[in-house]
Amino acid sequence: MLELAIGIILGCCALGAGLAMIAGIGPGIGEGNAVAKACEAIGRQPECKGDVTTTMLMGCAIAETTGLYALVIAILLIFVAPGLLVDVLMKTIG
Amino acid sequence: MNKRNVGFYIVDGIYLAMAILPILFGIAVKVLFTPLSEGIAISGARIFFSLDMPIQPLIVTESQLNSLIVMITLLGICLYLTHGLSVRYPTRRQHLAEWLVEKSEKMTFSNMGEGFSGFPPLIAAILGLSALSSLLSLFGLYPPTSDINVVSGWAITVFALITYYKFKCGPVYYLKSFGDPVPLLAPLNIISEIATPVSMAFRHYGNVLSGAVISVLVATGLDGLWGIIMGWLPSPLSEMAFIRIGIPAVLSVYFDLFSGCLQAYIFAMLAMLYISSGYPRDEHMKRKNKKQINKKTA
Repeated sequence: MLELAIGIILGCCALGAGLAMIAGIGPGIGEGNAVAKACEAIGRQPECKGDVTTTMLMGCAIAETTGLYALVIAILLIFVAPGLLVDVLMKTIG
Repeated sequence: MNKRNVGFYIVDGIYLAMAILPILFGIAVKVLFTPLSEGIAISGARIFFSLDMPIQPLIVTESQLNSLIVMITLLGICLYLTHGLSVRYPTRRQHLAEWLVEKSEKMTFSNMGEGFSGFPPLIAAILGLSALSSLLSLFGLYPPTSDINVVSGWAITVFALITYYKFKCGPVYYLKSFGDPVPLLAPLNIISEIATPVSMAFRHYGNVLSGAVISVLVATGLDGLWGIIMGWLPSPLSEMAFIRIGIPAVLSVYFDLFSGCLQAYIFAMLAMLYISSGYPRDEHMKRKNKKQINKKTA
């Protein structure tokens, strides 16, 4: 019974981490859009390449934030949560 | 005259040693404290020892040691670059130092505007500390920026500065700014205020850590691949995994060199933007002018 409970904890943590990383789609689309527009802008006006590039990198960094929240959740689920949950389980069983 | 005696070179040597020796020390500590049995593993910062303190034990970890290494190295580099400055006969290193100062001043003033003349040293310090911390992984050391506690410290510092500049027009104006544009949105404004340091810390830490995790996964994956393809060879050859030479280096160029420097730049840039956008410039200028006029009339 204990093995089953620990197995469920580990499996659900891994599943949750995988599901959390679905959030990676959003930043991918967003950054793709940003870079596409930046390429267009540089093509139209090559002399302002430096400004456009720095602004684009900043925008990409901001757009990445949601993805990184998901990444942190996934990392917590993989490396931290199983230990904590197994500890809780052991305490309740005694 | 541009004459140099022995003392000058001795001091030069001390500064260079200050820049190089800490990294060698870090590598030595890493070699001494890593158990032989440990293969490739994704692990957090190693805990060296913990001291008993009244509230909770003070834990000394690898990330603290490596931050100190980076600080001493950076101090050594700065002292070396600014050693023997002269107005008449500038040396090559003086040109480099001047270029660095000019660059940081130009960057700060173009992004923050007026009223922030004291900021270039802080921004340059954040940039140098962050970049060098991430680049420390090139020496095989644990990069302190992949520990959330280190980056949170920087983010909290920046948050304190943001709040200080928001307080420039008094606490009433600061509290009023939460009810902008409608008082109904105050909770959301408070959440976004707290989210600023959190997102700054997560962004930097997440990027560096994800790079490290992917590098380790690729290294173990290549190890396994070699075992599948070349497992039929006699025993020393089948465990050597020559495939691991070279391919992780390509990833390292992106994750260690490019991403590390880019994250440092983004952290400094965001700090500047948040601080300068939090400062109520017009209102502050108006009050200052009013005070001056009052003083003149009185």
